[in-house]
Amino acid sequence: MSSQPEILVLGLGNEYRCDDAVGLVVGRRIKALDLLNTIVSEGSGESVNLMEAWRGADAVIIVDAISSGSEPGTIHRFVADSQRIPSKFFHYSSHAFGVAEAIELARSLNQLPPHLIVYGIEGGKFDAGVGLSSEVARAVEEVVKRVRKEGCFLPG
Amino acid sequence: MKSKTVKVDYLARVEGEGALTVKVRDNKVTDVKLRIFEPPRFFEAFLRSRLYSEAPDITARICGICPIAYQMSSIHAMENAFGVKVDGQLRALRRLIYCGEWIESHALHIYLLHAPDFLGYQDAIQMAKDHSEIVQRGLQLKKVGNELMTLLGGREIHPINVRVGGFYKVPSKKDLAPLIDRLKWARDAALETVRWTSGFPFPEFESDYEFVALRHTEEYPINEGRLVSNKGLDIAANEYENYFVEEDVPYSNALHSMLKGRGAYLVGPLARYNLNFDRLSSLAQQAAHEAGLGATCTNPFKSIIVRSVETVYACDEALRIINEYEVPEKPVVGVQPRASTGHGCTEAPRGILYHRYRLDDRGIILEAKIVPPTSQNQKSIENDLWRFVSKYLSLPQEQLTWQCEQVVRNYDPCISCATHFLKLQIR
Repeated sequence: MSSQPEILVLGLGNEYRCDDAVGLVVGRRIKALDLLNTIVSEGSGESVNLMEAWRGADAVIIVDAISSGSEPGTIHRFVADSQRIPSKFFHYSSHAFGVAEAIELARSLNQLPPHLIVYGIEGGKFDAGVGLSSEVARAVEEVVKRVRKEGCFLPG
Repeated sequence: MKSKTVKVDYLARVEGEGALTVKVRDNKVTDVKLRIFEPPRFFEAFLRSRLYSEAPDITARICGICPIAYQMSSIHAMENAFGVKVDGQLRALRRLIYCGEWIESHALHIYLLHAPDFLGYQDAIQMAKDHSEIVQRGLQLKKVGNELMTLLGGREIHPINVRVGGFYKVPSKKDLAPLIDRLKWARDAALETVRWTSGFPFPEFESDYEFVALRHTEEYPINEGRLVSNKGLDIAANEYENYFVEEDVPYSNALHSMLKGRGAYLVGPLARYNLNFDRLSSLAQQAAHEAGLGATCTNPFKSIIVRSVETVYACDEALRIINEYEVPEKPVVGVQPRASTGHGCTEAPRGILYHRYRLDDRGIILEAKIVPPTSQNQKSIENDLWRFVSKYLSLPQEQLTWQCEQVVRNYDPCISCATHFLKLQIR
Protein backbone atom coordinates (compact mmCIF):
# COMPACT_ATOMS: atom_id res chain seq x y z
CA MET A 1 0.00 0.00 0.00
CA SER A 2 1.66 3.20 -1.18
CA SER A 3 2.12 5.97 1.35
CA GLN A 4 2.62 8.51 -1.41
CA PRO A 5 0.03 11.25 -1.61
CA GLU A 6 -1.93 11.68 -4.81
CA ILE A 7 -0.50 14.44 -6.97
CA LEU A 8 -2.73 16.52 -9.22
CA VAL A 9 -0.92 18.01 -12.19
CA LEU A 10 -2.81 20.90 -13.80
CA GLY A 11 -1.57 21.75 -17.28
CA LEU A 12 -2.96 25.18 -18.18
CA GLY A 13 -2.99 27.22 -21.31
CA ASN A 14 -4.49 28.14 -24.63
CA GLU A 15 -3.91 25.76 -27.54
CA TYR A 16 -4.27 28.54 -30.10
CA ARG A 17 -1.85 31.15 -28.80
CA CYS A 18 1.51 29.56 -29.65
CA ASP A 19 3.66 29.31 -26.49
CA ASP A 20 0.61 29.72 -24.27
CA ALA A 21 -0.02 26.02 -25.00
CA VAL A 22 3.12 24.83 -23.20
CA GLY A 23 1.29 23.97 -19.93
CA LEU A 24 -1.12 21.76 -21.90
CA VAL A 25 1.78 20.10 -23.76
CA VAL A 26 3.63 19.30 -20.53
CA GLY A 27 0.42 17.96 -18.98
CA ARG A 28 -0.18 15.63 -21.92
CA ARG A 29 3.41 14.29 -21.80
CA ILE A 30 3.02 13.53 -18.09
CA LYS A 31 -0.35 11.90 -18.69
CA ALA A 32 1.22 9.66 -21.33
CA LEU A 33 3.77 8.44 -18.75
CA ASP A 34 0.90 7.01 -16.70
CA LEU A 35 2.64 7.69 -13.39
CA LEU A 36 1.49 6.10 -10.13
CA ASN A 37 -0.45 8.39 -7.81
CA THR A 38 -0.60 11.15 -10.40
CA ILE A 39 -3.72 12.61 -12.01
CA VAL A 40 -3.39 15.05 -14.87
CA SER A 41 -6.02 17.64 -15.75
CA GLU A 42 -6.15 20.41 -18.31
CA GLY A 43 -7.59 23.87 -18.03
CA SER A 44 -7.57 27.38 -19.36
CA GLY A 45 -6.49 28.84 -16.03
CA GLU A 46 -9.78 30.64 -15.39
CA SER A 47 -9.87 31.23 -11.66
CA VAL A 48 -13.12 29.76 -10.37
CA ASN A 49 -12.56 26.54 -12.31
CA LEU A 50 -9.03 26.32 -10.91
CA MET A 51 -10.23 26.48 -7.32
CA GLU A 52 -12.78 23.78 -8.08
CA ALA A 53 -10.20 21.65 -9.87
CA TRP A 54 -7.88 21.45 -6.88
CA ARG A 55 -10.56 21.14 -4.20
CA GLY A 56 -9.71 18.23 -1.91
CA ALA A 57 -6.28 17.64 -3.45
CA ASP A 58 -3.33 17.45 -1.10
CA ALA A 59 -0.55 18.17 -3.58
CA VAL A 60 -0.99 20.19 -6.75
CA ILE A 61 1.52 21.08 -9.47
CA ILE A 62 0.47 23.76 -11.96
CA VAL A 63 2.30 24.17 -15.25
CA ASP A 64 1.66 27.31 -17.28
CA ALA A 65 3.34 29.73 -19.64
CA ILE A 66 4.49 33.06 -18.23
CA SER A 67 5.63 36.36 -19.60
CA SER A 68 8.09 38.04 -17.24
CA GLY A 69 10.89 39.27 -19.43
CA SER A 70 13.32 36.38 -18.95
CA GLU A 71 14.72 34.38 -21.89
CA PRO A 72 12.10 32.23 -23.66
CA GLY A 73 12.32 28.68 -22.34
CA THR A 74 13.44 29.75 -18.84
CA ILE A 75 11.85 27.57 -16.18
CA HIS A 76 10.63 29.25 -12.98
CA ARG A 77 9.42 27.34 -9.94
CA PHE A 78 7.33 28.73 -7.08
CA VAL A 79 6.26 27.11 -3.85
CA ALA A 80 2.93 28.87 -3.98
CA ASP A 81 1.48 27.44 -0.78
CA SER A 82 3.98 29.48 1.21
CA GLN A 83 5.14 32.26 -1.11
CA ARG A 84 3.30 34.89 -3.11
CA ILE A 85 3.88 34.73 -6.84
CA PRO A 86 5.36 38.06 -7.92
CA SER A 87 2.78 39.82 -10.07
CA LYS A 88 5.19 40.33 -12.96
CA PHE A 89 5.18 36.60 -13.60
CA PHE A 90 1.63 36.34 -14.80
CA HIS A 91 0.03 38.29 -17.54
CA TYR A 92 -3.08 40.07 -16.32
CA SER A 93 -6.01 39.89 -18.67
CA SER A 94 -8.84 42.40 -18.74
CA HIS A 95 -11.21 39.66 -19.88
CA ALA A 96 -10.90 36.95 -17.25
CA PHE A 97 -9.33 36.28 -13.88
CA GLY A 98 -6.07 34.36 -14.32
CA VAL A 99 -3.80 31.99 -12.46
CA ALA A 100 -2.04 34.47 -10.16
CA GLU A 101 -5.39 36.03 -9.16
CA ALA A 102 -6.88 32.59 -8.55
CA ILE A 103 -4.00 31.63 -6.27
CA GLU A 104 -4.14 34.88 -4.30
CA LEU A 105 -7.94 34.74 -4.02
CA ALA A 106 -7.69 31.15 -2.80
CA ARG A 107 -5.01 32.25 -0.31
CA SER A 108 -7.39 34.93 1.04
CA LEU A 109 -10.13 32.36 1.36
CA ASN A 110 -7.83 29.72 2.95
CA GLN A 111 -8.58 27.46 0.03
CA LEU A 112 -5.05 26.74 -1.19
CA PRO A 113 -4.08 23.08 -1.33
CA PRO A 114 -1.57 22.15 1.40
CA HIS A 115 1.15 21.77 -1.23
CA LEU A 116 1.08 23.88 -4.36
CA ILE A 117 3.99 24.12 -6.76
CA VAL A 118 3.82 26.30 -9.84
CA TYR A 119 6.09 25.83 -12.85
CA GLY A 120 6.13 28.89 -15.11
CA ILE A 121 7.79 28.48 -18.48
CA GLU A 122 8.79 31.74 -20.13
CA GLY A 123 7.05 32.04 -23.49
CA GLY A 124 8.46 33.88 -26.48
CA LYS A 125 5.47 34.07 -28.81
CA PHE A 126 1.85 34.53 -27.75
CA ASP A 127 0.36 35.35 -31.15
CA ALA A 128 -2.60 33.52 -32.57
CA GLY A 129 -1.33 30.23 -33.92
CA VAL A 130 -0.58 26.62 -33.07
CA GLY A 131 2.87 25.37 -32.14
CA LEU A 132 5.57 26.10 -29.59
CA SER A 133 8.62 28.18 -30.42
CA SER A 134 11.83 26.10 -30.40
CA GLU A 135 13.23 27.40 -27.05
CA VAL A 136 9.94 26.66 -25.31
CA ALA A 137 9.61 23.26 -26.94
CA ARG A 138 13.11 22.42 -25.63
CA ALA A 139 12.01 23.25 -22.07
CA VAL A 140 9.13 20.77 -22.13
CA GLU A 141 11.13 17.59 -21.40
CA GLU A 142 13.07 19.31 -18.62
CA VAL A 143 9.85 20.38 -16.91
CA VAL A 144 8.42 16.89 -17.26
CA LYS A 145 11.57 15.51 -15.57
CA ARG A 146 11.31 18.03 -12.73
CA VAL A 147 7.60 17.41 -12.18
CA ARG A 148 8.30 13.67 -11.92
CA LYS A 149 10.93 14.37 -9.27
CA GLU A 150 8.50 16.51 -7.22
CA GLY A 151 6.77 13.32 -6.11
CA CYS A 152 9.91 12.41 -4.09
CA PHE A 153 9.98 15.73 -2.22
CA LEU A 154 6.35 15.92 -1.23
CA PRO A 155 5.88 14.59 2.35
CA GLY A 156 4.41 11.07 2.37
CA MET B 1 -9.86 74.79 -6.71
CA LYS B 2 -10.61 76.41 -10.02
CA SER B 3 -9.67 73.67 -12.41
CA LYS B 4 -8.70 70.03 -12.27
CA THR B 5 -8.74 66.85 -14.28
CA VAL B 6 -9.98 63.49 -13.12
CA LYS B 7 -8.12 60.88 -15.11
CA VAL B 8 -8.04 57.10 -14.98
CA ASP B 9 -5.78 55.61 -17.62
CA TYR B 10 -6.86 52.04 -17.14
CA LEU B 11 -10.26 51.29 -15.66
CA ALA B 12 -10.05 48.48 -13.13
CA ARG B 13 -12.70 45.89 -12.37
CA VAL B 14 -14.42 46.25 -15.72
CA GLU B 15 -14.25 43.74 -18.54
CA GLY B 16 -12.11 45.06 -21.38
CA GLU B 17 -9.93 48.11 -21.83
CA GLY B 18 -11.10 51.65 -21.27
CA ALA B 19 -10.15 54.93 -19.65
CA LEU B 20 -11.92 58.05 -18.46
CA THR B 21 -11.15 61.75 -18.40
CA VAL B 22 -13.19 64.52 -16.79
CA LYS B 23 -12.03 68.13 -17.16
CA VAL B 24 -13.13 70.87 -14.80
CA ARG B 25 -12.51 74.61 -15.23
CA ASP B 26 -13.73 77.42 -12.98
CA ASN B 27 -15.67 74.86 -10.96
CA LYS B 28 -17.60 73.70 -14.03
CA VAL B 29 -17.25 70.40 -15.85
CA THR B 30 -16.13 71.18 -19.38
CA ASP B 31 -15.41 67.78 -20.88
CA VAL B 32 -16.09 64.11 -20.21
CA LYS B 33 -14.70 61.24 -22.22
CA LEU B 34 -15.14 57.50 -21.72
CA ARG B 35 -12.26 56.38 -23.90
CA ILE B 36 -12.55 52.83 -25.07
CA PHE B 37 -9.30 51.67 -26.63
CA GLU B 38 -10.04 47.95 -26.68
CA PRO B 39 -9.11 47.06 -30.26
CA PRO B 40 -12.01 46.71 -32.73
CA ARG B 41 -12.95 43.14 -33.44
CA PHE B 42 -14.68 43.19 -36.84
CA PHE B 43 -17.36 40.56 -36.18
CA GLU B 44 -19.91 42.35 -38.35
CA ALA B 45 -17.45 42.00 -41.22
CA PHE B 46 -16.43 38.38 -41.00
CA LEU B 47 -20.00 37.19 -40.48
CA ARG B 48 -20.57 38.05 -44.12
CA SER B 49 -20.65 34.97 -46.38
CA ARG B 50 -21.13 32.62 -43.42
CA LEU B 51 -24.20 30.38 -43.24
CA TYR B 52 -27.10 31.46 -40.95
CA SER B 53 -26.53 28.42 -38.74
CA GLU B 54 -23.00 29.57 -37.93
CA ALA B 55 -24.08 32.91 -36.50
CA PRO B 56 -24.83 31.63 -32.96
CA ASP B 57 -21.45 29.93 -32.67
CA ILE B 58 -19.48 32.80 -34.19
CA THR B 59 -21.19 35.62 -32.28
CA ALA B 60 -20.89 33.69 -29.01
CA ARG B 61 -17.16 34.44 -29.25
CA ILE B 62 -17.85 38.13 -28.82
CA CYS B 63 -18.23 37.47 -25.11
CA GLY B 64 -17.02 34.87 -22.61
CA ILE B 65 -19.38 36.05 -19.86
CA CYS B 66 -22.55 36.47 -21.92
CA PRO B 67 -22.27 34.06 -24.86
CA ILE B 68 -25.90 32.92 -24.50
CA ALA B 69 -27.10 36.47 -25.08
CA TYR B 70 -25.34 36.53 -28.46
CA GLN B 71 -26.53 33.06 -29.34
CA MET B 72 -30.13 33.91 -28.45
CA SER B 73 -30.20 37.28 -30.22
CA SER B 74 -28.71 35.78 -33.38
CA ILE B 75 -31.04 32.77 -33.25
CA HIS B 76 -34.12 34.94 -32.80
CA ALA B 77 -33.00 37.17 -35.67
CA MET B 78 -32.60 34.18 -38.01
CA GLU B 79 -35.95 32.73 -36.94
CA ASN B 80 -37.53 36.12 -37.52
CA ALA B 81 -36.02 36.17 -41.01
CA PHE B 82 -37.25 32.68 -41.94
CA GLY B 83 -40.65 32.86 -40.22
CA VAL B 84 -39.79 30.11 -37.70
CA LYS B 85 -41.67 29.93 -34.39
CA VAL B 86 -40.21 28.07 -31.41
CA ASP B 87 -42.70 27.53 -28.59
CA GLY B 88 -43.55 25.31 -25.67
CA GLN B 89 -40.77 23.47 -23.87
CA LEU B 90 -38.07 24.50 -26.34
CA ARG B 91 -38.92 28.12 -25.63
CA ALA B 92 -38.84 27.35 -21.91
CA LEU B 93 -35.42 25.69 -22.19
CA ARG B 94 -34.07 28.82 -23.88
CA ARG B 95 -35.35 30.89 -21.00
CA LEU B 96 -33.79 28.42 -18.59
CA ILE B 97 -30.29 28.56 -20.06
CA TYR B 98 -30.51 32.35 -20.15
CA CYS B 99 -31.41 32.32 -16.41
CA GLY B 100 -28.15 30.45 -15.88
CA GLU B 101 -26.27 33.21 -17.64
CA TRP B 102 -27.97 35.96 -15.64
CA ILE B 103 -27.08 34.17 -12.41
CA GLU B 104 -23.39 33.70 -13.24
CA SER B 105 -22.88 37.09 -14.83
CA HIS B 106 -24.69 39.04 -12.11
CA ALA B 107 -22.94 37.11 -9.31
CA LEU B 108 -19.55 37.77 -10.89
CA HIS B 109 -20.23 41.49 -11.17
CA ILE B 110 -21.86 41.99 -7.78
CA TYR B 111 -19.26 40.13 -5.74
CA LEU B 112 -15.99 40.46 -7.60
CA LEU B 113 -16.26 43.70 -9.54
CA HIS B 114 -18.72 46.04 -7.81
CA ALA B 115 -19.02 45.24 -4.09
CA PRO B 116 -15.36 46.11 -3.34
CA ASP B 117 -16.20 49.73 -4.29
CA PHE B 118 -18.87 50.06 -1.63
CA LEU B 119 -16.79 48.43 1.10
CA GLY B 120 -13.60 50.34 0.38
CA TYR B 121 -11.50 47.48 -1.00
CA GLN B 122 -9.13 47.70 -3.95
CA ASP B 123 -10.33 44.36 -5.24
CA ALA B 124 -12.12 41.18 -4.30
CA ILE B 125 -8.91 39.50 -3.17
CA GLN B 126 -8.49 42.11 -0.42
CA MET B 127 -12.21 41.88 0.34
CA ALA B 128 -11.92 38.10 0.64
CA LYS B 129 -9.39 38.43 3.47
CA ASP B 130 -11.95 40.15 5.69
CA HIS B 131 -15.13 38.63 4.26
CA SER B 132 -14.13 35.13 3.28
CA GLU B 133 -17.58 33.54 3.67
CA ILE B 134 -19.29 36.27 1.72
CA VAL B 135 -16.89 36.00 -1.24
CA GLN B 136 -17.25 32.23 -1.17
CA ARG B 137 -21.01 32.63 -1.35
CA GLY B 138 -20.59 34.79 -4.45
CA LEU B 139 -18.28 32.29 -6.13
CA GLN B 140 -20.66 29.42 -5.36
CA LEU B 141 -23.60 31.43 -6.70
CA LYS B 142 -21.68 32.03 -9.93
CA LYS B 143 -20.93 28.33 -10.05
CA VAL B 144 -24.63 27.37 -9.94
CA GLY B 145 -25.26 29.61 -12.94
CA ASN B 146 -22.35 27.97 -14.76
CA GLU B 147 -23.65 24.48 -13.90
CA LEU B 148 -27.04 25.30 -15.40
CA MET B 149 -25.39 26.61 -18.56
CA THR B 150 -23.12 23.56 -18.82
CA LEU B 151 -26.01 21.14 -18.35
CA LEU B 152 -28.16 22.72 -21.06
CA GLY B 153 -25.47 24.15 -23.27
CA GLY B 154 -22.80 21.48 -23.22
CA ARG B 155 -20.21 23.83 -21.73
CA GLU B 156 -20.29 27.15 -19.93
CA ILE B 157 -18.05 29.22 -22.17
CA HIS B 158 -19.43 29.36 -25.73
CA PRO B 159 -22.13 26.68 -25.30
CA ILE B 160 -22.44 24.24 -28.16
CA ASN B 161 -25.95 22.87 -27.78
CA VAL B 162 -28.09 25.74 -29.06
CA ARG B 163 -29.07 26.30 -32.68
CA VAL B 164 -31.55 28.05 -34.95
CA GLY B 165 -34.80 26.13 -34.40
CA GLY B 166 -33.96 24.80 -30.93
CA PHE B 167 -31.25 22.56 -29.55
CA TYR B 168 -29.09 19.65 -30.62
CA LYS B 169 -30.04 17.64 -27.55
CA VAL B 170 -32.66 18.21 -24.86
CA PRO B 171 -32.35 17.09 -21.23
CA SER B 172 -34.52 14.47 -19.54
CA LYS B 173 -36.33 15.35 -16.32
CA LYS B 174 -33.75 13.20 -14.55
CA ASP B 175 -30.92 15.29 -16.04
CA LEU B 176 -32.43 18.44 -14.55
CA ALA B 177 -33.23 17.00 -11.13
CA PRO B 178 -29.81 17.55 -9.49
CA LEU B 179 -30.10 21.26 -10.25
CA ILE B 180 -33.19 21.71 -8.09
CA ASP B 181 -31.38 21.66 -4.75
CA ARG B 182 -28.53 23.71 -6.18
CA LEU B 183 -30.96 26.38 -7.41
CA LYS B 184 -32.81 26.41 -4.09
CA TRP B 185 -29.50 27.06 -2.35
CA ALA B 186 -28.71 29.72 -4.98
CA ARG B 187 -32.07 31.40 -4.43
CA ASP B 188 -31.35 31.67 -0.71
CA ALA B 189 -27.86 32.96 -1.46
CA ALA B 190 -29.36 35.51 -3.84
CA LEU B 191 -31.79 36.67 -1.14
CA GLU B 192 -28.82 37.08 1.20
CA THR B 193 -27.12 39.06 -1.54
CA VAL B 194 -30.07 41.47 -1.73
CA ARG B 195 -29.95 41.95 2.04
CA TRP B 196 -26.17 42.41 1.99
CA THR B 197 -26.10 44.96 -0.85
CA SER B 198 -29.07 46.91 0.50
CA GLY B 199 -26.93 47.91 3.47
CA PHE B 200 -24.14 49.48 1.39
CA PRO B 201 -23.46 53.22 1.55
CA PHE B 202 -25.00 54.87 -1.54
CA PRO B 203 -24.20 58.40 -2.69
CA GLU B 204 -27.18 60.70 -3.18
CA PHE B 205 -27.47 60.64 -6.95
CA GLU B 206 -30.73 60.45 -8.86
CA SER B 207 -31.12 60.99 -12.58
CA ASP B 208 -33.95 61.34 -15.03
CA TYR B 209 -33.06 58.52 -17.40
CA GLU B 210 -34.83 57.23 -20.44
CA PHE B 211 -34.88 53.52 -19.62
CA VAL B 212 -35.16 51.12 -22.56
CA ALA B 213 -35.98 47.44 -22.16
CA LEU B 214 -38.14 44.66 -23.53
CA ARG B 215 -41.65 44.27 -22.19
CA HIS B 216 -43.69 41.10 -22.54
CA THR B 217 -47.40 40.55 -21.95
CA GLU B 218 -46.74 38.08 -19.11
CA GLU B 219 -43.13 37.53 -18.18
CA TYR B 220 -40.14 39.46 -16.90
CA PRO B 221 -38.37 39.98 -20.23
CA ILE B 222 -35.54 37.76 -21.35
CA ASN B 223 -35.90 36.58 -24.96
CA GLU B 224 -39.06 38.24 -26.22
CA GLY B 225 -41.12 41.39 -26.00
CA ARG B 226 -41.67 44.82 -27.45
CA LEU B 227 -39.06 47.53 -26.99
CA VAL B 228 -40.39 50.13 -24.58
CA SER B 229 -39.18 53.10 -22.58
CA ASN B 230 -40.46 55.21 -19.70
CA LYS B 231 -40.80 58.13 -22.14
CA GLY B 232 -43.21 56.77 -24.70
CA LEU B 233 -41.22 54.30 -26.81
CA ASP B 234 -43.22 51.20 -27.74
CA ILE B 235 -42.00 49.40 -30.86
CA ALA B 236 -41.34 45.94 -32.25
CA ALA B 237 -37.71 44.80 -32.48
CA ASN B 238 -38.00 45.04 -36.27
CA GLU B 239 -38.34 48.81 -35.97
CA TYR B 240 -35.15 49.27 -33.93
CA GLU B 241 -33.19 51.07 -36.62
CA ASN B 242 -36.00 53.55 -37.23
CA TYR B 243 -35.55 54.85 -33.71
CA PHE B 244 -31.95 54.17 -32.69
CA VAL B 245 -28.80 55.33 -34.39
CA GLU B 246 -25.11 54.64 -33.86
CA GLU B 247 -22.41 57.23 -34.28
CA ASP B 248 -18.65 57.16 -34.43
CA VAL B 249 -16.79 59.17 -31.81
CA PRO B 250 -13.09 59.88 -32.29
CA TYR B 251 -12.01 58.83 -28.80
CA SER B 252 -13.79 55.52 -28.56
CA ASN B 253 -13.45 52.28 -30.51
CA ALA B 254 -17.05 51.53 -29.60
CA LEU B 255 -19.89 53.25 -31.46
CA HIS B 256 -22.19 55.45 -29.38
CA SER B 257 -25.90 54.67 -29.53
CA MET B 258 -28.66 57.26 -29.32
CA LEU B 259 -32.41 57.52 -29.58
CA LYS B 260 -33.09 59.65 -32.64
CA GLY B 261 -34.04 63.16 -31.64
CA ARG B 262 -33.60 62.37 -27.94
CA GLY B 263 -30.04 61.30 -27.20
CA ALA B 264 -28.78 59.15 -24.34
CA TYR B 265 -30.70 56.20 -22.90
CA LEU B 266 -30.03 53.44 -20.40
CA VAL B 267 -30.33 49.68 -20.76
CA GLY B 268 -29.74 46.83 -18.31
CA PRO B 269 -31.09 45.67 -14.96
CA LEU B 270 -32.18 49.17 -13.85
CA ALA B 271 -34.11 49.65 -17.10
CA ARG B 272 -35.71 46.21 -16.95
CA TYR B 273 -36.64 46.71 -13.28
CA ASN B 274 -38.19 50.14 -13.81
CA LEU B 275 -40.22 48.98 -16.80
CA ASN B 276 -41.19 45.52 -15.60
CA PHE B 277 -41.38 45.48 -11.79
CA ASP B 278 -44.89 44.05 -11.97
CA ARG B 279 -43.57 41.04 -13.90
CA LEU B 280 -41.07 39.96 -11.24
CA SER B 281 -41.96 36.91 -9.13
CA SER B 282 -43.54 37.81 -5.78
CA LEU B 283 -40.44 36.59 -3.95
CA ALA B 284 -38.25 38.95 -5.97
CA GLN B 285 -40.69 41.85 -5.45
CA GLN B 286 -40.75 41.22 -1.73
CA ALA B 287 -36.95 41.09 -1.58
CA ALA B 288 -36.84 44.44 -3.40
CA HIS B 289 -39.29 46.02 -0.96
CA GLU B 290 -37.40 44.72 2.06
CA ALA B 291 -34.24 46.19 0.57
CA GLY B 292 -35.92 49.59 0.55
CA LEU B 293 -36.57 49.74 -3.19
CA GLY B 294 -39.83 50.98 -4.66
CA ALA B 295 -41.20 49.86 -7.99
CA THR B 296 -38.84 52.37 -9.60
CA CYS B 297 -35.20 53.18 -8.87
CA THR B 298 -33.24 56.00 -10.45
CA ASN B 299 -29.99 55.89 -8.47
CA PRO B 300 -27.48 54.05 -10.67
CA PHE B 301 -25.34 53.11 -7.65
CA LYS B 302 -28.27 51.02 -6.44
CA SER B 303 -28.04 48.93 -9.61
CA ILE B 304 -26.11 46.46 -7.42
CA ILE B 305 -29.27 45.82 -5.40
CA VAL B 306 -31.35 45.53 -8.56
CA ARG B 307 -28.85 43.05 -10.03
CA SER B 308 -29.23 41.01 -6.84
CA VAL B 309 -33.04 41.11 -7.11
CA GLU B 310 -32.77 39.89 -10.71
CA THR B 311 -30.57 37.04 -9.50
CA VAL B 312 -33.33 36.02 -7.06
CA TYR B 313 -35.79 36.16 -9.97
CA ALA B 314 -33.55 34.09 -12.24
CA CYS B 315 -33.28 31.35 -9.59
CA ASP B 316 -37.04 31.46 -9.00
CA GLU B 317 -37.79 31.31 -12.71
CA ALA B 318 -35.30 28.49 -13.31
CA LEU B 319 -36.96 26.43 -10.56
CA ARG B 320 -40.40 27.09 -12.04
CA ILE B 321 -39.30 26.01 -15.51
CA ILE B 322 -37.64 22.83 -14.22
CA ASN B 323 -40.72 22.03 -12.15
CA GLU B 324 -43.01 22.32 -15.20
CA TYR B 325 -40.62 20.65 -17.66
CA GLU B 326 -41.78 17.88 -19.96
CA VAL B 327 -39.37 16.49 -22.56
CA PRO B 328 -40.30 17.93 -25.97
CA GLU B 329 -40.94 15.51 -28.84
CA LYS B 330 -38.09 16.88 -30.89
CA PRO B 331 -35.08 18.99 -29.93
CA VAL B 332 -35.51 21.26 -32.95
CA VAL B 333 -38.17 22.59 -35.34
CA GLY B 334 -37.75 22.67 -39.11
CA VAL B 335 -35.92 25.67 -40.60
CA GLN B 336 -36.14 26.71 -44.25
CA PRO B 337 -33.83 29.55 -45.26
CA ARG B 338 -35.06 32.25 -47.66
CA ALA B 339 -33.88 35.61 -48.90
CA SER B 340 -34.86 37.95 -46.07
CA THR B 341 -33.87 40.31 -43.30
CA GLY B 342 -34.33 39.29 -39.67
CA HIS B 343 -34.17 41.18 -36.37
CA GLY B 344 -33.62 39.79 -32.88
CA CYS B 345 -33.49 41.60 -29.56
CA THR B 346 -32.97 39.82 -26.23
CA GLU B 347 -32.04 40.94 -22.72
CA ALA B 348 -28.37 40.19 -22.07
CA PRO B 349 -27.40 40.52 -18.40
CA ARG B 350 -26.23 44.06 -19.22
CA GLY B 351 -29.22 45.08 -21.29
CA ILE B 352 -30.79 44.76 -24.74
CA LEU B 353 -28.67 43.15 -27.42
CA TYR B 354 -29.91 43.75 -30.96
CA HIS B 355 -28.93 41.70 -34.03
CA ARG B 356 -30.00 42.20 -37.62
CA TYR B 357 -29.03 40.00 -40.57
CA ARG B 358 -29.71 40.21 -44.28
CA LEU B 359 -29.63 36.79 -45.94
CA ASP B 360 -29.78 35.35 -49.45
CA ASP B 361 -32.03 32.47 -50.56
CA ARG B 362 -29.51 29.88 -49.33
CA GLY B 363 -29.34 31.49 -45.89
CA ILE B 364 -25.90 32.99 -46.46
CA ILE B 365 -25.32 36.16 -44.44
CA LEU B 366 -24.89 39.19 -46.69
CA GLU B 367 -24.83 41.79 -43.97
CA ALA B 368 -24.80 41.83 -40.16
CA LYS B 369 -25.44 44.45 -37.52
CA ILE B 370 -24.92 43.91 -33.80
CA VAL B 371 -25.63 46.49 -31.09
CA PRO B 372 -24.52 45.37 -27.62
CA PRO B 373 -25.78 46.91 -24.38
CA THR B 374 -22.48 48.50 -23.41
CA SER B 375 -22.31 50.58 -26.61
CA GLN B 376 -25.82 51.74 -25.83
CA ASN B 377 -24.91 52.86 -22.33
CA GLN B 378 -21.83 54.89 -23.19
CA LYS B 379 -23.62 58.22 -23.43
CA SER B 380 -25.44 57.57 -20.15
CA ILE B 381 -22.13 56.76 -18.50
CA GLU B 382 -20.65 60.04 -19.73
CA ASN B 383 -23.73 61.98 -18.62
CA ASP B 384 -23.53 60.38 -15.18
CA LEU B 385 -19.84 61.32 -14.92
CA TRP B 386 -20.71 64.88 -15.89
CA ARG B 387 -23.47 65.16 -13.29
CA PHE B 388 -21.54 63.30 -10.59
CA VAL B 389 -18.41 65.41 -10.82
CA SER B 390 -20.50 68.60 -11.00
CA LYS B 391 -22.27 67.62 -7.81
CA TYR B 392 -19.28 66.30 -5.88
CA LEU B 393 -16.57 68.65 -7.04
CA SER B 394 -15.43 69.39 -3.50
CA LEU B 395 -14.46 65.78 -2.75
CA PRO B 396 -10.74 65.08 -2.31
CA GLN B 397 -9.16 64.14 -5.65
CA GLU B 398 -8.48 60.51 -4.77
CA GLN B 399 -12.01 59.87 -3.56
CA LEU B 400 -13.53 61.68 -6.54
CA THR B 401 -11.45 59.58 -8.95
CA TRP B 402 -12.40 56.34 -7.22
CA GLN B 403 -16.09 57.23 -7.32
CA CYS B 404 -15.88 58.19 -10.99
CA GLU B 405 -14.61 54.69 -11.70
CA GLN B 406 -17.51 53.44 -9.60
CA VAL B 407 -19.91 55.44 -11.78
CA VAL B 408 -18.61 53.44 -14.76
CA ARG B 409 -18.81 50.16 -12.86
CA ASN B 410 -22.48 50.84 -12.02
CA TYR B 411 -23.16 49.81 -15.61
CA ASP B 412 -21.26 46.50 -15.46
CA PRO B 413 -19.68 47.38 -18.78
CA CYS B 414 -18.49 44.66 -21.12
CA ILE B 415 -16.09 46.63 -23.22
CA SER B 416 -15.00 43.81 -25.53
CA CYS B 417 -18.61 43.36 -26.58
CA ALA B 418 -18.82 47.04 -27.39
CA THR B 419 -15.94 46.95 -29.89
CA HIS B 420 -17.32 44.20 -32.08
CA PHE B 421 -18.04 46.28 -35.15
CA LEU B 422 -16.31 47.33 -38.32
CA LYS B 423 -16.36 50.81 -39.70
CA LEU B 424 -14.34 51.24 -42.84
CA GLN B 425 -13.61 54.60 -44.39
CA ILE B 426 -11.69 54.62 -47.64
CA ARG B 427 -10.21 58.01 -48.41
